Amino acid sequence: MSSIISVADLSKTYGSGFKALKNVNLDIKRGEIFALLGPNGAGKTTLISIICGIANPSEGRVLVGGEDIQTSYRKARSLIGLVPQELHTDAFESVWATVSFSRGLFGKPKNPAHIEKVLKDLSLWDKKDSKIITLSGGMKRRVMIAKALSHEPQILFLDEPTAGVDVELRKGMWEVVRTLQQSGVTIILTTHYIEEAEEMADRIGVINKGEIVLVEDKATLMQKLGKKRLTLHLQSKLGALPESLAHYKLDLCDSGATLVYDYDTKGERTGITSLLGDLRTAGIRFNDLDTTQSSLEDIFVDLVRTS
Amino acid sequence: MNHRAIRAIYLFEMARTWRTLLQSIVSPVVSTSLYFVVFGAAIGSRISQVEGVSYGTFIVPGLIMLSVLTQSIANASFGIYFPKFTGTIYEILSAPISSFEIVLGYVGAAATKSIILGLIILATAGLFVPLHIHHPIWMLAFLVLTAVTFSLFGFIIGIWADGFEKLQMIPMLVVTPLTFLGGSFYSIDMLPPTWRTVALLNPVVYLISGFRWSFYEIADVSVSVSIGMTGAFLAICLAVIWWIFRTGYRLKN
Repeated sequence: MSSIISVADLSKTYGSGFKALKNVNLDIKRGEIFALLGPNGAGKTTLISIICGIANPSEGRVLVGGEDIQTSYRKARSLIGLVPQELHTDAFESVWATVSFSRGLFGKPKNPAHIEKVLKDLSLWDKKDSKIITLSGGMKRRVMIAKALSHEPQILFLDEPTAGVDVELRKGMWEVVRTLQQSGVTIILTTHYIEEAEEMADRIGVINKGEIVLVEDKATLMQKLGKKRLTLHLQSKLGALPESLAHYKLDLCDSGATLVYDYDTKGERTGITSLLGDLRTAGIRFNDLDTTQSSLEDIFVDLVRTS
Repeated sequence: MNHRAIRAIYLFEMARTWRTLLQSIVSPVVSTSLYFVVFGAAIGSRISQVEGVSYGTFIVPGLIMLSVLTQSIANASFGIYFPKFTGTIYEILSAPISSFEIVLGYVGAAATKSIILGLIILATAGLFVPLHIHHPIWMLAFLVLTAVTFSLFGFIIGIWADGFEKLQMIPMLVVTPLTFLGGSFYSIDMLPPTWRTVALLNPVVYLISGFRWSFYEIADVSVSVSIGMTGAFLAICLAVIWWIFRTGYRLKN
């Protein structure tokens, strides 16, 4: 797949001297859903703001659809729809007026049928004549998505799209995002909900302290970095671990009723076979066992801590 | 040129005008009428004539300018400050639109609004005093030039302001005094010589003088100087706005 966004050596230093982005390189593939993860203040919003033209870069270059965002900003920006993190709305405008305004701003001719479709897809049709100030937070969020989609963008930026949105609505939002992807739109989302990235993304990037720490296919990432945990439910409680098992770094939990063993799936040897043999030798029996794969959240926390 | 974007911003701003019709149009008309009652009728009855026209008639151009100046600044500064305040500016900045087009949309709407207002005040004045405009084309030209120039100035204030207080500060502390001292209600020839010299440092004097000339062919300074000074102020405002967009001052940092 070709890149639809290409970020090269991008840096941003604010007037205060704070370096929000340090030499960022990133390529977004056409048609994918890319999740950008990072703790607060990592530079997610700064990166998006620069790509969309809201902030000026200090150094580096960004191409959107092959067009430079500074020298060819008209072509670059017309490809992008942006849904910012904060709910910035024109309180006294109607939903219809504000969404139509966005379409005009992006230089597109009037197309009531398209606006109608967008509003219907986002379950906003019955609110089209309501003033935005009267809408709930979740509806305002959808109005902002509708504004971003009003001009039929090829790329959609969703900065924390489901922050403050209830579970039901969040699932609805995911549905909308998937439908958009099927229609060929490239989606870049930032999120705090790792579950969301896990659920939605094709690829995941992690940014921390202004640097891209990692970019990986979600599946590969989870496989590559995934740790597994083996839990053994013992037949009888153990007071302490025998000396012979000390080198396994086992944890004795539930006041001696379960043994927990963490192992790396990408390691050449997981150590499971020898552990089970040694347990048998030590006369420790178990009723049941289960293994769990570490979630993206664990991977993420690990990465951010080590970077 | 993104014509649709300019149109969208212009119509959006004009829609705000119609939505707030009472405060946008009616209140300046009421206050101007009060000026006529106080200055024109009450005080003016004791002043016979100024340079050959009755006092009530004499103050009409100054009163129109007073409103056009303050309204242009207020409209344009609020127009651009409000999206900055609510955060909706993100959309303007991320749209495929040049800074020139942004200015055209906002300043165009602000200027349109104050020109309409100026004409309404002119019509209102016609109810109080007899009016004869010697150079209607020049009158309109001065009106448009002033509205555009001061809308640009207001746009700059709106970008610069980072709070509602600052938004009010320049109009209240600088523009209103300059307008009152700019010969709205008198000819600067009526001032003592020293003050007359001081008054010539006030750019508003040139606007009002030129505007009044288009009505009655009487002026404090020559018309070409009036046009030159207004043009110079326009050029300064344009240069500042060019710098704002070039550097992203208070917009993109």
